[in-house]
Amino acid sequence: MDTLDRLEKFSRTKAASIVFPTVATVLLFVVWEIVVQVLKIPAYNLPAPSAIWQSTIAQSQALWENSMQTLLTTLAGFVLAIAAGVILGFMIGYSRLAYIVLYPLLVGFNTIPKVALVPLFALWFGVGTVPAILTAFLLAFFPIAVNVALGLDTVEPEMKDVMRSLGASQFEIFQKIGFPHVMPYIFASLKVAISLAFVGAVISETVASNKGIGYLIVTASSNFDVPLGFAGLMVLAIMGTALYGFFAAAEKYLIYWAR
Amino acid sequence: MVQSETVDSAPKIEKPVILEFDHIGLAYQVDGSPRRIIDDISLNIAEGEFVSFVGPSGCGKTSILRMVSGLSPAPLGEIRVRGNKITQPLKNIGIAFQNPVLMPWRNTLDNVMLPLEVVEPYKQEIRNASRKAIHTRAAEELLATVGLKDFAKQYPWQLSGGMRQRASLCRALIHKPEILLLDEPFGALDAFTREEMWVMLQELWMHNRCTCILITHDLREAVFLSDTVYVMGPRPSSIVYKVDVNLPRPSTSDLLLSDEFNHVVADLRRHIHRN
Repeated sequence: MDTLDRLEKFSRTKAASIVFPTVATVLLFVVWEIVVQVLKIPAYNLPAPSAIWQSTIAQSQALWENSMQTLLTTLAGFVLAIAAGVILGFMIGYSRLAYIVLYPLLVGFNTIPKVALVPLFALWFGVGTVPAILTAFLLAFFPIAVNVALGLDTVEPEMKDVMRSLGASQFEIFQKIGFPHVMPYIFASLKVAISLAFVGAVISETVASNKGIGYLIVTASSNFDVPLGFAGLMVLAIMGTALYGFFAAAEKYLIYWAR
Repeated sequence: MVQSETVDSAPKIEKPVILEFDHIGLAYQVDGSPRRIIDDISLNIAEGEFVSFVGPSGCGKTSILRMVSGLSPAPLGEIRVRGNKITQPLKNIGIAFQNPVLMPWRNTLDNVMLPLEVVEPYKQEIRNASRKAIHTRAAEELLATVGLKDFAKQYPWQLSGGMRQRASLCRALIHKPEILLLDEPFGALDAFTREEMWVMLQELWMHNRCTCILITHDLREAVFLSDTVYVMGPRPSSIVYKVDVNLPRPSTSDLLLSDEFNHVVADLRRHIHRN
Protein backbone atom coordinates (compact mmCIF):
# COMPACT_ATOMS: atom_id res chain seq x y z
CA MET A 1 0.00 0.00 0.00
CA ASP A 2 2.78 2.34 0.99
CA THR A 3 4.74 1.69 -2.19
CA LEU A 4 1.63 2.24 -4.28
CA ASP A 5 1.08 5.58 -2.60
CA ARG A 6 4.64 6.61 -3.26
CA LEU A 7 4.38 5.51 -6.88
CA GLU A 8 1.19 7.52 -7.23
CA LYS A 9 2.95 10.57 -5.81
CA PHE A 10 5.97 10.11 -8.09
CA SER A 11 3.73 9.82 -11.17
CA ARG A 12 2.76 13.47 -10.70
CA THR A 13 6.34 14.74 -10.87
CA LYS A 14 8.04 15.94 -14.03
CA ALA A 15 10.71 13.23 -13.94
CA ALA A 16 8.00 10.58 -14.07
CA SER A 17 6.95 11.69 -17.55
CA ILE A 18 10.42 10.63 -18.75
CA VAL A 19 11.08 7.68 -16.45
CA PHE A 20 7.81 5.77 -16.92
CA PRO A 21 7.74 5.74 -20.76
CA THR A 22 11.41 4.73 -20.84
CA VAL A 23 10.83 1.87 -18.42
CA ALA A 24 7.76 0.76 -20.41
CA THR A 25 9.74 0.75 -23.69
CA VAL A 26 12.65 -1.16 -22.22
CA LEU A 27 10.25 -3.62 -20.62
CA LEU A 28 8.50 -4.18 -23.96
CA PHE A 29 11.78 -5.10 -25.65
CA VAL A 30 12.89 -7.34 -22.77
CA VAL A 31 9.61 -9.26 -22.75
CA TRP A 32 9.74 -9.49 -26.56
CA GLU A 33 13.31 -10.89 -26.45
CA ILE A 34 12.42 -13.44 -23.77
CA VAL A 35 9.27 -14.62 -25.58
CA VAL A 36 11.13 -15.08 -28.86
CA GLN A 37 14.03 -16.93 -27.18
CA VAL A 38 11.87 -19.16 -24.99
CA LEU A 39 9.35 -20.12 -27.67
CA LYS A 40 12.12 -20.38 -30.29
CA ILE A 41 10.18 -18.30 -32.82
CA PRO A 42 12.11 -18.25 -36.12
CA ALA A 43 13.48 -14.87 -37.26
CA TYR A 44 11.45 -14.93 -40.51
CA ASN A 45 8.25 -14.87 -38.40
CA LEU A 46 9.17 -12.54 -35.56
CA PRO A 47 12.79 -11.50 -35.10
CA ALA A 48 14.04 -10.82 -31.56
CA PRO A 49 15.08 -7.25 -30.71
CA SER A 50 18.72 -8.43 -30.64
CA ALA A 51 18.40 -9.70 -34.23
CA ILE A 52 16.77 -6.44 -35.30
CA TRP A 53 19.61 -4.50 -33.69
CA GLN A 54 22.25 -6.64 -35.48
CA SER A 55 20.48 -6.05 -38.77
CA THR A 56 20.32 -2.31 -38.04
CA ILE A 57 24.07 -2.19 -37.51
CA ALA A 58 24.82 -4.33 -40.57
CA GLN A 59 22.53 -2.30 -42.84
CA SER A 60 23.07 1.10 -41.21
CA GLN A 61 24.24 2.65 -44.49
CA ALA A 62 21.08 1.62 -46.38
CA LEU A 63 18.82 2.55 -43.47
CA TRP A 64 20.41 6.01 -43.21
CA GLU A 65 20.17 6.79 -46.91
CA ASN A 66 16.58 5.61 -47.20
CA SER A 67 15.42 7.36 -44.05
CA MET A 68 16.92 10.62 -45.36
CA GLN A 69 14.90 10.11 -48.54
CA THR A 70 11.73 9.57 -46.52
CA LEU A 71 12.48 12.59 -44.32
CA LEU A 72 13.07 14.73 -47.40
CA THR A 73 9.82 13.77 -49.13
CA THR A 74 7.88 14.12 -45.87
CA LEU A 75 9.21 17.60 -45.18
CA ALA A 76 8.79 18.74 -48.79
CA GLY A 77 5.17 17.58 -48.79
CA PHE A 78 4.64 19.11 -45.38
CA VAL A 79 5.96 22.53 -46.38
CA LEU A 80 3.71 22.52 -49.45
CA ALA A 81 0.81 21.48 -47.21
CA ILE A 82 1.41 24.39 -44.82
CA ALA A 83 1.45 26.88 -47.67
CA ALA A 84 -1.65 25.49 -49.38
CA GLY A 85 -3.47 24.76 -46.13
CA VAL A 86 -2.95 28.23 -44.68
CA ILE A 87 -3.94 29.99 -47.90
CA LEU A 88 -7.03 27.82 -48.40
CA GLY A 89 -7.94 28.12 -44.73
CA PHE A 90 -7.82 31.90 -44.85
CA MET A 91 -9.90 31.93 -48.03
CA ILE A 92 -12.56 29.68 -46.53
CA GLY A 93 -12.43 31.48 -43.20
CA TYR A 94 -12.75 35.00 -44.57
CA SER A 95 -14.92 34.59 -47.65
CA ARG A 96 -18.39 33.13 -47.47
CA LEU A 97 -18.27 32.59 -51.24
CA ALA A 98 -15.02 30.62 -51.05
CA TYR A 99 -16.51 28.59 -48.22
CA ILE A 100 -19.62 27.60 -50.19
CA VAL A 101 -17.66 26.80 -53.35
CA LEU A 102 -14.60 25.07 -51.92
CA TYR A 103 -15.64 23.33 -48.72
CA PRO A 104 -17.76 20.54 -50.29
CA LEU A 105 -14.99 19.93 -52.83
CA LEU A 106 -12.40 19.70 -50.08
CA VAL A 107 -14.47 17.29 -48.02
CA GLY A 108 -15.16 15.15 -51.06
CA PHE A 109 -11.52 15.09 -52.02
CA ASN A 110 -10.42 14.33 -48.48
CA THR A 111 -12.59 11.18 -48.37
CA ILE A 112 -10.60 9.60 -51.24
CA PRO A 113 -8.05 7.16 -49.80
CA LYS A 114 -4.81 8.75 -50.94
CA VAL A 115 -3.10 5.43 -51.56
CA ALA A 116 -5.47 5.02 -54.53
CA LEU A 117 -3.90 8.09 -56.14
CA VAL A 118 -0.31 6.88 -55.96
CA PRO A 119 -0.45 4.72 -59.14
CA LEU A 120 -1.78 7.75 -61.04
CA PHE A 121 1.02 9.94 -59.71
CA ALA A 122 3.54 7.30 -60.73
CA LEU A 123 2.02 7.30 -64.21
CA TRP A 124 2.24 11.09 -64.49
CA PHE A 125 5.51 11.83 -62.70
CA GLY A 126 7.36 8.53 -62.75
CA VAL A 127 8.21 6.28 -59.83
CA GLY A 128 10.10 7.86 -56.91
CA THR A 129 10.35 11.17 -55.16
CA VAL A 130 7.54 13.22 -56.73
CA PRO A 131 4.64 10.83 -55.96
CA ALA A 132 5.86 10.58 -52.36
CA ILE A 133 5.93 14.36 -51.92
CA LEU A 134 2.50 14.71 -53.50
CA THR A 135 0.95 12.01 -51.32
CA ALA A 136 2.48 13.55 -48.20
CA PHE A 137 1.13 16.94 -49.27
CA LEU A 138 -2.38 15.68 -50.01
CA LEU A 139 -2.73 13.92 -46.67
CA ALA A 140 -1.35 16.84 -44.67
CA PHE A 141 -2.98 19.96 -46.08
CA PHE A 142 -6.59 19.20 -45.16
CA PRO A 143 -6.33 19.41 -41.35
CA ILE A 144 -4.30 22.62 -41.68
CA ALA A 145 -6.89 24.28 -43.94
CA VAL A 146 -9.78 23.21 -41.71
CA ASN A 147 -8.09 24.42 -38.55
CA VAL A 148 -7.17 27.81 -40.00
CA ALA A 149 -10.76 28.31 -41.14
CA LEU A 150 -12.04 27.17 -37.75
CA GLY A 151 -9.66 29.53 -35.98
CA LEU A 152 -10.85 32.52 -38.00
CA ASP A 153 -14.44 31.52 -37.39
CA THR A 154 -14.01 31.48 -33.61
CA VAL A 155 -12.65 35.02 -33.18
CA GLU A 156 -14.91 36.67 -30.59
CA PRO A 157 -17.09 39.28 -32.34
CA GLU A 158 -16.65 41.60 -29.35
CA MET A 159 -12.90 41.52 -29.85
CA LYS A 160 -13.43 42.75 -33.41
CA ASP A 161 -15.87 45.38 -32.07
CA VAL A 162 -13.17 46.71 -29.76
CA MET A 163 -10.88 47.11 -32.76
CA ARG A 164 -13.58 48.62 -34.99
CA SER A 165 -14.52 51.16 -32.33
CA LEU A 166 -10.91 52.33 -32.38
CA GLY A 167 -11.18 52.90 -36.12
CA ALA A 168 -8.97 49.93 -37.03
CA SER A 169 -8.75 48.90 -40.68
CA GLN A 170 -9.58 45.36 -41.82
CA PHE A 171 -5.86 44.69 -42.14
CA GLU A 172 -5.18 45.90 -38.60
CA ILE A 173 -7.97 43.68 -37.28
CA PHE A 174 -6.36 40.73 -39.04
CA GLN A 175 -2.87 41.68 -37.87
CA LYS A 176 -3.78 42.27 -34.22
CA ILE A 177 -6.56 39.70 -33.74
CA GLY A 178 -7.14 37.26 -36.61
CA PHE A 179 -3.53 36.20 -37.04
CA PRO A 180 -2.55 35.70 -33.38
CA HIS A 181 -5.88 34.03 -32.68
CA VAL A 182 -5.31 31.52 -35.47
CA MET A 183 -1.77 30.60 -34.38
CA PRO A 184 -2.74 27.97 -31.76
CA TYR A 185 -5.12 26.41 -34.30
CA ILE A 186 -2.32 26.23 -36.86
CA PHE A 187 0.10 24.65 -34.43
CA ALA A 188 -2.46 22.11 -33.23
CA SER A 189 -2.95 21.09 -36.87
CA LEU A 190 0.80 20.98 -37.60
CA LYS A 191 1.26 18.15 -35.10
CA VAL A 192 -1.42 16.14 -36.89
CA ALA A 193 -0.26 17.21 -40.36
CA ILE A 194 3.39 16.21 -39.90
CA SER A 195 2.34 12.70 -38.87
CA LEU A 196 0.00 12.49 -41.86
CA ALA A 197 2.70 13.74 -44.25
CA PHE A 198 4.97 11.02 -42.93
CA VAL A 199 2.29 8.39 -43.44
CA GLY A 200 1.69 9.70 -46.97
CA ALA A 201 5.35 9.57 -47.94
CA VAL A 202 5.80 6.01 -46.67
CA ILE A 203 2.58 4.80 -48.33
CA SER A 204 3.78 6.16 -51.65
CA GLU A 205 7.20 4.57 -51.21
CA THR A 206 5.69 1.15 -50.61
CA VAL A 207 3.55 1.41 -53.75
CA ALA A 208 5.66 3.26 -56.28
CA SER A 209 9.26 3.99 -55.42
CA ASN A 210 12.80 2.71 -55.54
CA LYS A 211 13.95 4.75 -52.56
CA GLY A 212 12.91 5.42 -48.99
CA ILE A 213 12.17 3.41 -45.87
CA GLY A 214 8.82 2.24 -47.27
CA TYR A 215 10.59 0.80 -50.29
CA LEU A 216 13.28 -0.74 -48.05
CA ILE A 217 10.64 -2.55 -45.98
CA VAL A 218 8.85 -3.89 -49.05
CA THR A 219 12.13 -5.13 -50.51
CA ALA A 220 13.25 -6.66 -47.21
CA SER A 221 10.03 -8.62 -46.76
CA SER A 222 10.07 -9.92 -50.34
CA ASN A 223 13.63 -11.18 -49.60
CA PHE A 224 12.40 -12.75 -46.32
CA ASP A 225 14.86 -10.45 -44.52
CA VAL A 226 12.34 -9.83 -41.73
CA PRO A 227 14.89 -8.39 -39.24
CA LEU A 228 15.72 -5.66 -41.76
CA GLY A 229 11.99 -4.98 -42.26
CA PHE A 230 11.62 -4.55 -38.51
CA ALA A 231 14.71 -2.33 -38.43
CA GLY A 232 12.94 -0.15 -41.00
CA LEU A 233 9.83 -0.05 -38.81
CA MET A 234 11.93 1.00 -35.82
CA VAL A 235 13.47 3.83 -37.83
CA LEU A 236 9.97 4.93 -38.89
CA ALA A 237 8.76 4.91 -35.29
CA ILE A 238 11.72 6.99 -34.14
CA MET A 239 11.41 9.47 -37.01
CA GLY A 240 7.66 9.84 -36.56
CA THR A 241 8.00 10.44 -32.83
CA ALA A 242 10.82 12.93 -33.36
CA LEU A 243 8.84 14.93 -35.94
CA TYR A 244 5.77 15.01 -33.74
CA GLY A 245 7.86 15.90 -30.70
CA PHE A 246 9.53 18.76 -32.55
CA PHE A 247 6.22 20.42 -33.39
CA ALA A 248 4.71 19.71 -29.99
CA ALA A 249 7.73 21.42 -28.39
CA ALA A 250 7.61 24.34 -30.84
CA GLU A 251 3.94 24.79 -30.01
CA LYS A 252 4.61 24.85 -26.28
CA TYR A 253 7.39 27.38 -26.76
CA LEU A 254 5.64 29.72 -29.22
CA ILE A 255 2.03 29.55 -28.03
CA TYR A 256 2.91 29.75 -24.33
CA TRP A 257 0.00 32.11 -23.70
CA ALA A 258 -2.69 29.62 -24.70
CA ARG A 259 -1.97 27.36 -21.70
CA MET B 1 -10.29 66.12 -4.75
CA VAL B 2 -11.92 68.62 -2.34
CA GLN B 3 -11.93 71.15 -5.12
CA SER B 4 -13.83 68.99 -7.58
CA GLU B 5 -16.43 68.33 -4.88
CA THR B 6 -17.21 72.04 -4.52
CA VAL B 7 -17.46 72.37 -8.29
CA ASP B 8 -19.91 69.49 -8.47
CA SER B 9 -22.20 70.67 -5.73
CA ALA B 10 -22.40 74.11 -7.34
CA PRO B 11 -25.36 74.76 -9.66
CA LYS B 12 -24.86 73.04 -13.00
CA ILE B 13 -23.47 75.07 -15.85
CA GLU B 14 -25.03 74.17 -19.19
CA LYS B 15 -22.50 72.23 -21.19
CA PRO B 16 -22.57 71.88 -24.97
CA VAL B 17 -24.44 68.89 -26.36
CA ILE B 18 -22.20 66.19 -27.81
CA LEU B 19 -24.76 63.50 -28.71
CA GLU B 20 -28.27 63.95 -30.07
CA PHE B 21 -30.69 61.04 -30.34
CA ASP B 22 -33.25 62.06 -32.95
CA HIS B 23 -36.31 59.74 -32.99
CA ILE B 24 -34.26 56.58 -33.10
CA GLY B 25 -35.98 53.24 -33.42
CA LEU B 26 -35.22 49.58 -34.08
CA ALA B 27 -37.34 46.84 -35.67
CA TYR B 28 -36.65 43.23 -36.56
CA GLN B 29 -38.42 40.82 -38.88
CA VAL B 30 -39.62 37.92 -36.73
CA ASP B 31 -41.22 35.08 -38.71
CA GLY B 32 -41.99 37.45 -41.55
CA SER B 33 -43.75 40.09 -39.46
CA PRO B 34 -41.99 43.21 -38.25
CA ARG B 35 -41.43 43.51 -34.51
CA ARG B 36 -40.59 46.84 -33.00
CA ILE B 37 -37.84 46.64 -30.38
CA ILE B 38 -37.17 50.32 -29.74
CA ASP B 39 -40.11 52.60 -30.38
CA ASP B 40 -38.96 56.19 -30.44
CA ILE B 41 -36.22 57.78 -28.40
CA SER B 42 -35.09 61.39 -28.53
CA LEU B 43 -32.70 62.89 -26.04
CA ASN B 44 -29.52 64.93 -25.74
CA ILE B 45 -26.33 64.11 -23.92
CA ALA B 46 -24.03 66.91 -22.82
CA GLU B 47 -20.27 66.91 -23.04
CA GLY B 48 -18.76 65.27 -19.98
CA GLU B 49 -22.11 63.91 -18.80
CA PHE B 50 -22.38 60.45 -17.25
CA VAL B 51 -25.59 58.85 -18.50
CA SER B 52 -27.09 55.46 -17.67
CA PHE B 53 -29.75 53.46 -19.42
CA VAL B 54 -31.61 50.98 -17.25
CA GLY B 55 -34.49 48.71 -18.14
CA PRO B 56 -35.70 45.13 -18.34
CA SER B 57 -33.66 42.66 -20.37
CA GLY B 58 -34.50 42.56 -24.05
CA CYS B 59 -35.58 46.20 -24.17
CA GLY B 60 -32.77 47.13 -26.56
CA LYS B 61 -30.27 48.71 -24.16
CA THR B 62 -27.30 47.11 -25.86
CA SER B 63 -28.66 48.08 -29.28
CA ILE B 64 -28.54 51.72 -28.19
CA LEU B 65 -24.87 51.36 -27.38
CA ARG B 66 -24.17 49.73 -30.73
CA MET B 67 -25.96 52.61 -32.46
CA VAL B 68 -23.98 55.26 -30.60
CA SER B 69 -20.68 53.48 -31.29
CA GLY B 70 -21.61 53.24 -34.94
CA LEU B 71 -20.92 49.50 -34.91
CA SER B 72 -24.57 49.14 -35.98
CA PRO B 73 -25.86 52.62 -36.90
CA ALA B 74 -29.47 53.47 -36.04
CA PRO B 75 -31.79 51.99 -38.69
CA LEU B 76 -34.63 54.42 -37.90
CA GLY B 77 -34.04 58.05 -36.97
CA GLU B 78 -30.50 59.18 -36.41
CA ILE B 79 -27.89 59.82 -33.77
CA ARG B 80 -25.61 62.80 -34.27
CA VAL B 81 -22.25 63.38 -32.68
CA ARG B 82 -21.44 67.10 -32.70
CA GLY B 83 -24.08 67.49 -35.39
CA ASN B 84 -22.74 64.74 -37.68
CA LYS B 85 -24.94 61.72 -38.34
CA ILE B 86 -23.35 58.44 -37.20
CA THR B 87 -23.18 56.04 -40.15
CA GLN B 88 -20.01 54.05 -39.44
CA PRO B 89 -17.92 53.09 -36.40
CA LEU B 90 -16.77 56.22 -34.59
CA LYS B 91 -13.05 56.53 -34.21
CA ASN B 92 -11.52 57.25 -30.88
CA ILE B 93 -14.17 56.00 -28.53
CA GLY B 94 -13.59 53.72 -25.56
CA ILE B 95 -15.72 50.62 -25.17
CA ALA B 96 -15.98 47.92 -22.50
CA PHE B 97 -18.33 44.95 -22.45
CA GLN B 98 -19.55 42.57 -19.76
CA ASN B 99 -16.96 40.16 -21.12
CA PRO B 100 -13.56 41.85 -20.75
CA VAL B 101 -12.34 40.44 -24.14
CA LEU B 102 -8.67 40.80 -23.35
CA MET B 103 -6.34 39.25 -25.89
CA PRO B 104 -4.87 36.09 -24.38
CA TRP B 105 -1.60 36.50 -26.31
CA ARG B 106 -0.89 39.90 -24.74
CA ASN B 107 0.05 40.58 -21.15
CA THR B 108 -1.96 43.11 -19.17
CA LEU B 109 0.19 46.09 -20.12
CA ASP B 110 0.19 45.22 -23.82
CA ASN B 111 -3.57 44.70 -23.72
CA VAL B 112 -4.06 48.14 -22.21
CA MET B 113 -1.76 49.70 -24.79
CA LEU B 114 -3.58 48.17 -27.78
CA PRO B 115 -5.56 51.35 -28.63
CA LEU B 116 -2.30 53.31 -28.86
CA GLU B 117 -1.23 51.03 -31.70
CA VAL B 118 -4.39 51.85 -33.66
CA VAL B 119 -5.55 55.38 -32.81
CA GLU B 120 -3.81 58.50 -34.11
CA PRO B 121 -1.76 60.43 -33.03
CA TYR B 122 -0.49 57.71 -30.67
CA LYS B 123 0.04 55.29 -33.56
CA GLN B 124 2.68 57.62 -35.01
CA GLU B 125 4.13 58.52 -31.64
CA ILE B 126 4.80 55.04 -30.35
CA ARG B 127 6.99 54.33 -33.38
CA ASN B 128 9.46 56.59 -31.64
CA ALA B 129 11.10 54.68 -28.78
CA SER B 130 11.36 57.59 -26.34
CA ARG B 131 7.77 58.67 -27.00
CA LYS B 132 6.67 55.10 -26.56
CA ALA B 133 8.40 54.96 -23.17
CA ILE B 134 6.34 57.95 -22.04
CA HIS B 135 3.11 56.24 -23.08
CA THR B 136 4.19 53.00 -21.45
CA ARG B 137 4.74 54.86 -18.20
CA ALA B 138 1.30 56.45 -18.54
CA ALA B 139 -0.23 53.01 -19.06
CA GLU B 140 1.59 51.67 -16.01
CA GLU B 141 0.29 54.58 -13.96
CA LEU B 142 -3.23 53.92 -15.16
CA LEU B 143 -2.84 50.27 -14.16
CA ALA B 144 -1.56 51.38 -10.78
CA THR B 145 -4.67 53.51 -10.16
CA VAL B 146 -6.85 50.42 -10.60
CA GLY B 147 -4.57 48.31 -8.40
CA LEU B 148 -2.95 46.29 -11.19
CA LYS B 149 0.56 47.66 -10.79
CA ASP B 150 2.03 44.25 -10.01
CA PHE B 151 0.11 42.49 -12.76
CA ALA B 152 1.36 44.40 -15.81
CA LYS B 153 3.38 41.44 -17.07
CA GLN B 154 0.78 38.78 -16.26
CA TYR B 155 -1.37 37.18 -18.92
CA PRO B 156 -5.19 37.36 -18.80
CA TRP B 157 -5.61 33.78 -17.62
CA GLN B 158 -3.49 34.63 -14.58
CA LEU B 159 -5.93 37.38 -13.51
CA SER B 160 -9.23 37.14 -11.63
CA GLY B 161 -12.49 38.24 -13.27
CA GLY B 162 -12.46 41.60 -11.48
CA MET B 163 -8.83 42.24 -12.47
CA ARG B 164 -9.59 41.47 -16.11
CA GLN B 165 -12.49 43.88 -16.06
CA ARG B 166 -10.28 46.59 -14.56
CA ALA B 167 -7.71 46.01 -17.30
CA SER B 168 -10.52 46.21 -19.86
CA LEU B 169 -11.57 49.59 -18.44
CA CYS B 170 -7.98 50.81 -18.63
CA ARG B 171 -7.88 49.76 -22.28
CA ALA B 172 -11.09 51.73 -22.90
CA LEU B 173 -9.55 54.86 -21.37
CA ILE B 174 -5.85 54.80 -22.32
CA HIS B 175 -6.30 56.80 -25.52
CA LYS B 176 -8.36 59.49 -23.70
CA PRO B 177 -11.53 58.95 -25.73
CA GLU B 178 -14.19 61.65 -25.90
CA ILE B 179 -16.92 59.07 -25.42
CA LEU B 180 -16.79 56.03 -23.17
CA LEU B 181 -19.36 53.29 -23.73
CA LEU B 182 -19.91 50.66 -21.05
CA ASP B 183 -22.17 47.67 -21.68
CA GLU B 184 -22.91 46.08 -18.29
CA PRO B 185 -19.20 46.05 -17.52
CA PHE B 186 -19.66 44.70 -13.99
CA GLY B 187 -22.54 42.32 -14.69
CA ALA B 188 -20.45 39.19 -14.22
CA LEU B 189 -18.80 40.25 -10.97
CA ASP B 190 -19.80 39.46 -7.38
CA ALA B 191 -21.54 42.16 -5.33
CA PHE B 192 -18.48 43.21 -3.29
CA THR B 193 -16.16 43.48 -6.25
CA ARG B 194 -18.83 45.35 -8.16
CA GLU B 195 -19.14 48.08 -5.53
CA GLU B 196 -15.37 48.48 -5.43
CA MET B 197 -15.41 48.87 -9.20
CA TRP B 198 -18.03 51.62 -9.03
CA VAL B 199 -15.79 53.72 -6.80
CA MET B 200 -12.83 53.01 -9.06
CA LEU B 201 -14.73 53.83 -12.26
CA GLN B 202 -15.96 57.09 -10.74
CA GLU B 203 -12.41 58.07 -9.88
CA LEU B 204 -11.21 57.27 -13.39
CA TRP B 205 -14.09 59.20 -14.91
CA MET B 206 -13.61 62.26 -12.70
CA HIS B 207 -10.00 62.26 -13.80
CA ASN B 208 -10.87 62.00 -17.53
CA ARG B 209 -14.20 63.80 -17.71
CA CYS B 210 -15.22 62.08 -20.89
CA THR B 211 -18.84 61.63 -21.88
CA CYS B 212 -19.91 58.26 -20.58
CA ILE B 213 -22.87 56.03 -21.42
CA LEU B 214 -23.46 53.09 -19.13
CA ILE B 215 -25.87 50.26 -19.90
CA THR B 216 -26.90 48.34 -16.80
CA HIS B 217 -29.78 46.63 -15.09
CA ASP B 218 -28.38 47.44 -11.66
CA LEU B 219 -30.28 50.53 -10.44
CA ARG B 220 -27.84 51.19 -7.59
CA GLU B 221 -24.94 51.14 -10.05
CA ALA B 222 -26.74 53.62 -12.29
CA VAL B 223 -27.57 56.01 -9.45
CA PHE B 224 -24.12 55.80 -7.89
CA LEU B 225 -22.29 56.67 -11.11
CA SER B 226 -24.60 58.84 -13.21
CA ASP B 227 -25.62 62.44 -13.69
CA THR B 228 -28.72 61.27 -15.53
CA VAL B 229 -30.51 57.92 -15.49
CA TYR B 230 -32.92 56.99 -18.29
CA VAL B 231 -35.41 54.22 -17.61
CA MET B 232 -36.52 52.21 -20.63
CA GLY B 233 -39.85 50.38 -20.67
CA PRO B 234 -40.55 46.88 -21.97
CA ARG B 235 -40.70 46.23 -25.74
CA PRO B 236 -41.33 48.22 -27.82
CA SER B 237 -39.32 50.40 -25.54
CA SER B 238 -39.02 54.12 -25.14
CA ILE B 239 -37.77 56.32 -22.33
CA VAL B 240 -40.43 56.10 -19.61
CA TYR B 241 -38.63 58.02 -16.89
CA LYS B 242 -35.64 60.28 -16.43
CA VAL B 243 -33.84 61.07 -13.18
CA ASP B 244 -31.27 63.79 -12.64
CA VAL B 245 -29.03 62.56 -9.87
CA ASN B 246 -27.51 65.25 -7.70
CA LEU B 247 -25.46 63.31 -5.21
CA PRO B 248 -22.09 64.56 -3.97
CA ARG B 249 -18.96 63.45 -5.79
CA PRO B 250 -16.48 61.91 -5.30
CA SER B 251 -18.51 59.43 -3.33
CA THR B 252 -17.40 56.42 -1.34
CA SER B 253 -19.25 53.18 -0.81
CA ASP B 254 -20.77 54.82 2.31
CA LEU B 255 -23.06 56.68 -0.06
CA LEU B 256 -24.74 53.36 -0.83
CA LEU B 257 -26.11 53.32 2.72
CA SER B 258 -27.35 56.92 2.78
CA ASP B 259 -31.05 57.80 2.75
CA GLU B 260 -30.85 60.18 -0.19
CA PHE B 261 -29.14 57.52 -2.32
CA ASN B 262 -31.71 54.88 -1.48
CA HIS B 263 -34.49 57.38 -2.02
CA VAL B 264 -33.42 57.89 -5.63
CA VAL B 265 -33.07 54.14 -6.18
CA ALA B 266 -36.54 53.49 -4.72
CA ASP B 267 -38.02 56.18 -6.96
CA LEU B 268 -36.47 54.52 -10.02
CA ARG B 269 -37.65 51.09 -8.97
CA ARG B 270 -41.25 52.30 -8.67
CA HIS B 271 -41.14 53.59 -12.21
CA ILE B 272 -39.74 50.36 -13.58
CA HIS B 273 -42.47 48.35 -11.87
CA ARG B 274 -45.25 50.61 -13.02
CA ASN B 275 -44.36 49.79 -16.63
